[in-house]
Amino acid sequence: MIAISVDPPSDSESLRQSQGYTFPILSDANEEVIRRWDLVHAHGRHDGADISRPAEFLIDSSGKIRWVNLTDDFVVRARPEEALAAFDAMNGSSRPGE
Amino acid sequence: MRRSWNWAVWAGVVLVVAGILSYPLYCVRFPALRDFPWVNLPLIVFGLALLAVGVVRAFRQPELHRGKIFGTVLAMLSLALSGVFLYGIFIGARHILPASHGAPRVGQVAPNFTLPDSRNSPLNLTDVLTSAFAPNGAIGTGTAAERTAGVVLIFYRGYW
Repeated sequence: MIAISVDPPSDSESLRQSQGYTFPILSDANEEVIRRWDLVHAHGRHDGADISRPAEFLIDSSGKIRWVNLTDDFVVRARPEEALAAFDAMNGSSRPGE
Repeated sequence: MRRSWNWAVWAGVVLVVAGILSYPLYCVRFPALRDFPWVNLPLIVFGLALLAVGVVRAFRQPELHRGKIFGTVLAMLSLALSGVFLYGIFIGARHILPASHGAPRVGQVAPNFTLPDSRNSPLNLTDVLTSAFAPNGAIGTGTAAERTAGVVLIFYRGYW
């Protein structure tokens, strides 16, 4: 599991430590990747800055996208079970330490 | 005869305010309560009903119940606040996010990228997908037998 936002690395590091997250949190402060993936939420932040929209992708080891969740409702977000179900569907029944 | 302080009006206001504030302060933490305002909607509806009862009796029996003026004002305010809240949840929330028609789709190859992680070490998507991983999620530390089966990539709004 890898997370990406526009937050600077130092903010993400505080988040990892305070929440005990072990997965990497990447910083796309200039929205290069977020823009290339067409996920920019223009002026989405309270101060008018561009940020990422919520989006989740499952990518297999060959780099192919196997599941996408692009919510169109701001209050409805992907649940962990949805990603796990997609993972199981990709892998048969095995679920090696996601 | 001393007129009552019309508890229905005040209880109604408290329920409406609690119904609205509990959403950002409490319900958002639970997916089921966030996706649909199961807690908030009943509180708001019940609060508005109590307000209506309070205002109606203030007008019908002004000799018994206070609240013709403040009851009406509070009822209108509560109705307006509830309207804004419910509009935001049910209608506004569906018009906030961009459509992202150009986002990668199922079956396509994920565009590769390299970005700094929270300790400023660059991380490359293809490297992660082709490397071994440890069960705790740390990348590149597992044995070759534990090949990466895939990656769940999560774009999020950030904390600010």
